[in-house]
Amino acid sequence: MQVENKAILITGASRGLGQALLQTFAEAGARVVGVARNGAEVAAAAARLRERGFEAHGLAGDLGDKRAIYPIAGAATALIGPIDVLVHNASTLGPTPLPLLLDTQCEDFSHVLDVNLLGPFRLTKAVVGSMLVRGTGTVVLVTSDAAVSAYPRWGAYGVSKAALDQLGRIWAAELLGTGVRFLSVDPGEMDTQMHRDAMPEADPVTLARPGDVARKIAALVAAAEPLPSGSRLEAAGL
Amino acid sequence: MNPARAPRAHHSATRLLHLAVQSGRIEHRSIADLPELLLPGDLLVVNDAATLPASLQGSMGPEDAPIELRLLALDVDGSWRAVLFGPGDWTTPTERRPPPAEVLIGAQLRLGELSARVEAVLPPSPRLLRVRFASEGAAFWSALYRSGRPVQYAYLARPLELWDVQTTYAARPWAVEAPSAGFPLSASLLGALRARGVAIASITHAAGLSASGDEALDVALPLEERFEVPERTVELAHAAQAAARRVVAVGTTVVRALEACALQANGALEAGAGTTTLKVGPGYRCRVVTGLLTGMHDPSASHYSLLAAFAPRPLLDLARAQAEAEGYLEHEFGDLCLIL
Repeated sequence: MQVENKAILITGASRGLGQALLQTFAEAGARVVGVARNGAEVAAAAARLRERGFEAHGLAGDLGDKRAIYPIAGAATALIGPIDVLVHNASTLGPTPLPLLLDTQCEDFSHVLDVNLLGPFRLTKAVVGSMLVRGTGTVVLVTSDAAVSAYPRWGAYGVSKAALDQLGRIWAAELLGTGVRFLSVDPGEMDTQMHRDAMPEADPVTLARPGDVARKIAALVAAAEPLPSGSRLEAAGL
Repeated sequence: MNPARAPRAHHSATRLLHLAVQSGRIEHRSIADLPELLLPGDLLVVNDAATLPASLQGSMGPEDAPIELRLLALDVDGSWRAVLFGPGDWTTPTERRPPPAEVLIGAQLRLGELSARVEAVLPPSPRLLRVRFASEGAAFWSALYRSGRPVQYAYLARPLELWDVQTTYAARPWAVEAPSAGFPLSASLLGALRARGVAIASITHAAGLSASGDEALDVALPLEERFEVPERTVELAHAAQAAARRVVAVGTTVVRALEACALQANGALEAGAGTTTLKVGPGYRCRVVTGLLTGMHDPSASHYSLLAAFAPRPLLDLARAQAEAEGYLEHEFGDLCLIL
């Protein structure tokens, strides 16, 4: 799918990979809306892109709050038109330093699932029906190797990402042949605030830059020979 | 007929009255039977407008007089047409709501996080206003979604949430009231229709208020509404016509959008956008639409008059009487009728 003139909605867009995706897609000529809990930060990121002549908007919204979902979908669609590409990038680690499962509060576990799993489910539900009727659309789910490997202390996050992968596969199976496709992308370890929160001891030199990963994801979306719906990819291998 | 007093959790319970116009036969079916009532090659056209949180509670004037503003339509210059109500909320039928105090050009309306200036009072009612909001872009839309609620109906058992008034395929928030004939079109049913060989396409039509309780205004409804018909829909409509198949509109807004769009191009449907005040009624010869899937509505409403373009009035009256006797439910969340 050519991304030029396409309408692209990206969650968790105030910093890190989300902000890099907002910028990369805007620079490729897409109309973009970024969503983040911190409305001022994402509005500022969008304003910087508008100053450079790109179409970008920032919306405040918490993906963990079910009342926020239709307002996000409605406002985004009012601003840039029916959504062609939806990128589920927002996620939370839960409390840091990351606790062992036995020390994890049930409420914290539940909140991680709300943001990382139910939020993407709800927002997809609000957006994908229009893609279905138009016969075209791409949904990108940003996942993690914590979805596959059982890392101690990554319990709530890892479970949420494993479930997110399965959510993407089932959406893909249900919408097979409709022109709507789902891709899960593991961006790998990146030099972001989220990574510093989880692993403050990591050496940033060993980490990928969000801008590089964003360009790989944008290339996947734009690929002339699209990957089969339901594919799961690692950015490091691209 | 009794109204459906709440949104349905499971649309499979929706009943479908099939009115076969040629034979005059009336059948009582379920929405799940829709695919078999259509033929491979038929085209079903939906209105993909999402429903706005168009009802804003607030106040005006030095006395902070309570008001409700219901948005009607966003116009090309960025202003909105809107209807002003006096104090009260949805639990009182609109026709019994007290009128608002007189409003003058330049008046400021305070509406939650939004503020709006009255730019004009429009005919035919002193309550029909042109307003301009102080904010725009993302700031405006975010504040609208935080401050507004969907337009409510006095017959309902509980207030509607924003998710109650969206169809499966809703996209741009253009509709003031939901294109409700599409509520029962679940993903499962859309899949069954596709499997049957029925094509599905969309238009966008900014459905306005169905009633305001203001007599002068209600007589003038529907006011000018904007629409957009995409290229893909035009291609599918032409393919259906070429194969002598039916073009079935889901809801009366789809009829208005397709017919108004065809009128713009002298009767031949072409992709495009525009605004329309088209009133389809008895004797109107449709250029594009050959069938209609629609909700059960009051025979006195303008909606019912549109149905008469598809079936003779006595047959419609008979269908309605049978539906009533069979216990069908009416209004936005009620049962459906397929006129084919």
